[in-house]
Amino acid sequence: MTKKNITGAFRVLLFSVLFSSISLFAQHNNTSPQSEHHDSDIQHEMQSTKHGDEHAGEESEEFNASEVILEHVKDSHGWHILTTKDGHHVNVPLPVILFSKHSGFHIFMSSKIGHGHSYKGFELGHGTIMIENSKGELTEKSVEGKILELDEEGNLVGAGLPLDFSITKNVFMMFLAVLILIIVFLSVAKSYKKRGVAAPGGLQGFLEPLIVFVEEDIAIPNIGETKYARYMPYLLTIFFFILIHNLMGLIPFFPFGANVTGNIAVTMVLALFTLLITNFSGNKAYWRHIFAPPGVPKLLLLIMVPVELLGILTKPFALMVRLFANITAGHIIVLSLVSLIFFFKSVFMAVPSLVLVIFMDMIEILVAFLQAYIFTLLSALFIGLAMPEHEHVQA
Amino acid sequence: MDLVTPGIGMIFWTTLFFLILLFILGKFAWPAILSAVHARNESIRKALDSAEKAREEMAQLQADNEKILAEAKQERDAMMKEARNVKDKIISEAKEKAGEESAKLLKHAREAIQNEKASAITEMKEQMALLSVSIAEKVLRQKLSGDKEQKELVDKLVDDIDLN
Repeated sequence: MTKKNITGAFRVLLFSVLFSSISLFAQHNNTSPQSEHHDSDIQHEMQSTKHGDEHAGEESEEFNASEVILEHVKDSHGWHILTTKDGHHVNVPLPVILFSKHSGFHIFMSSKIGHGHSYKGFELGHGTIMIENSKGELTEKSVEGKILELDEEGNLVGAGLPLDFSITKNVFMMFLAVLILIIVFLSVAKSYKKRGVAAPGGLQGFLEPLIVFVEEDIAIPNIGETKYARYMPYLLTIFFFILIHNLMGLIPFFPFGANVTGNIAVTMVLALFTLLITNFSGNKAYWRHIFAPPGVPKLLLLIMVPVELLGILTKPFALMVRLFANITAGHIIVLSLVSLIFFFKSVFMAVPSLVLVIFMDMIEILVAFLQAYIFTLLSALFIGLAMPEHEHVQA
Repeated sequence: MDLVTPGIGMIFWTTLFFLILLFILGKFAWPAILSAVHARNESIRKALDSAEKAREEMAQLQADNEKILAEAKQERDAMMKEARNVKDKIISEAKEKAGEESAKLLKHAREAIQNEKASAITEMKEQMALLSVSIAEKVLRQKLSGDKEQKELVDKLVDDIDLN
């Protein structure tokens, strides 16, 4: 894309800023596909450490939609707001927290390592590196967006990848979401105390149907009238946790728009909670069903027990993948539609693109509620299945 | 950062934030909200129940009223009928009694008249007897100044008596 095009595109973007992310087009400025460069004698060498010098000439590159979209869907250390006409980046720096086996803890702002700069030997990786695995073989590993630790000669220190506990874009938005949830629900709880049995009003009136829905349509039918109460806090928390991240992810401005529930680590943690709760609340009948299914011939148990044990894991695994894939897919579709404008390099493309983006955003709002509902429903279902009311009669 | 490889940082922060959220909301928000919702449900259920009860009571009351009204009407009809009967009876009795009474009076009157008549006749007879005796005495005193005339008279008298 030429500089002129970027200027034109920037105007279009101001139009579409309400409906999609502003940080979209500028991202390709500092992401350059690095040339492959295998170094066989130095095992842990980075492929491209000279990134900073290169990005002067990058603006003439073609617009790469998939790169832009993936960059946006993934987590990042800084929060890129926009790039001005003269190629100046506006970033919100976020704290980077690293733990390296060699140099211990480090806390610094992400602006220190932005645009290819190096700080105390740490810098953002690009492309792939060759890394030695446990068997001593060299394997290719993507370090795009990861923080690498290098010594003075530019070689990777140790494994090269310090443990990264940074407050990234996702962590930052999650912190915000958790804060909002706590404030909202504590105030709602307060208004319940104040109003007593009077009809709900305001925020309370908006949230009560959702709370009652989780209780009466998710918890009670799946877990049972007698046992559901114990699991209500978990189900309500996970429902609103997923819902608020889904919805906040659809808002394209800072500090929203991060793809938190489309992050595999987040969905994994949530699914793990369901896994733990399910198995810790499993009763005798549940375990009996796994290790000694009634009415199954002894020989078949050799197959059945591993299958059942696998089933314990596949259920939350499906939860993890479903949420991740649905939310990520939503973000990708919206971003693709916005990318059409830059792909066709035409202002007129903005109109159909906007119409489609608005349409997709509507669907994504539905999906936001739907996925929160499905995750909560299936969690309740698994918990309910782990404590069957009656043991099966021996056939 | 990889799309499908979970990063340690994100796992750490998600776990931490989620547990904090679960703890705070689970302790301060959910129990208060749920118990308030339940309390309201309960109060609404009670209100509906009592409304239903009141409705039933109203219906019952109305039915009772109608029943009482019908009974009163019936009673009134019965009383009217009875009163009419009593009236008729009294009238007929009165008539009967009046008839009897008048008949009795008539009879008494007749008897009295009869008695009076009889006594009057008797008295008249007595008076006439007395008068005749005195007349006769005077006549006798005049005529019976000789024996012959006395004899004649006596004979005549005797004849007369036979005639009577």
